[in-house]
Amino acid sequence: MNLREYFAFLMVMAGVTFLLRAVPFVLLKGKLSNPFVKSFLAYIPCTVLAAMTVPAIFYSTDSMLSGVLALVTAVVASLFRFGLVGVALVACCTVLFIDGLWPMFF
Amino acid sequence: MFLKGVKDGLPIGIGYFAVSFSFGIAGSKFMSWFLVTFISMTNLTSAGQFAGLNIMVDAAGTFLEMAIATFFINLRYSLMAITLSQKVSSDFTTPYRLLLATGITDEIFAVSMAQQNRVTPRYFFGLMVLPYIGWSLGTLTGAVSGEILPSWITNALGVALYGMFVAIVVPPCKKHLSTLIVVVVAIALSLAFKYVPVLQGVSYGFSIIICAVVASLFGAMFFSVKESDDEP
Repeated sequence: MNLREYFAFLMVMAGVTFLLRAVPFVLLKGKLSNPFVKSFLAYIPCTVLAAMTVPAIFYSTDSMLSGVLALVTAVVASLFRFGLVGVALVACCTVLFIDGLWPMFF
Repeated sequence: MFLKGVKDGLPIGIGYFAVSFSFGIAGSKFMSWFLVTFISMTNLTSAGQFAGLNIMVDAAGTFLEMAIATFFINLRYSLMAITLSQKVSSDFTTPYRLLLATGITDEIFAVSMAQQNRVTPRYFFGLMVLPYIGWSLGTLTGAVSGEILPSWITNALGVALYGMFVAIVVPPCKKHLSTLIVVVVAIALSLAFKYVPVLQGVSYGFSIIICAVVASLFGAMFFSVKESDDEP
């Protein structure tokens, strides 16, 4: 990717994002009442994040084992409500342990 | 009013710093710290930016794919913008709306809607200042760290963003069985795009779009979200 492509992609991404926010904010009046559309939009954040995380997290580190275990520990930490930063730290420590410390001793 | 907004925006700003730090780390693998930071400064979205970054660096990524992926991932902001337009004061005129529309994010929207009074341009601007700074500065710090820290540390920090995604997805799944089922559908589709040979040709952006749209349509069809629930 060269600099020209970067700016072209950036303009598409930033432009679409801005229009999605600005156009309804400026033009639309009235409340969205269609339950189907509301439900669809309510599910989007979770489904996007889930699809982006699995299986990509398996390939995001030096070994697949650390990626898989990071997902497992992150899910467990989330169930115990560790919060955003806490869960991220647990996942990072898992990878640090598996890829960083483990090979040093074994 | 401006200062009240700044004060209310502080916790959001701190949270954004942490999330965008991980985005900066992720981006530093592909481009210089300046270019990564500029993405954050012009977009102010989490999932949308991350998907966008991956489409950008994907050799097969196209502008159409970028436009469609960004559209679906960020479509929820339109819904928030419509709702927020009911809540703003009468002096929130069109020029203000154009200038401040970028501030419509999940968290800033949620805080605005929790206000007793109508949302004025001053308050909304105050509210978005620290989150914007936190988001940009966090990305900058992450991207620079990604360039200077040793690889065994950046390797571990690389999962931070995914860890945060997990932290966002798991709690609503624990609360609502319907959300869990919808998320499992999305993951199953995502795995299929990675491992089923005929589907492997589908590029990153389109596979995310298809997974999210199909799973959410499935959810909307079978498990309608009730009025009282702001999040599924």
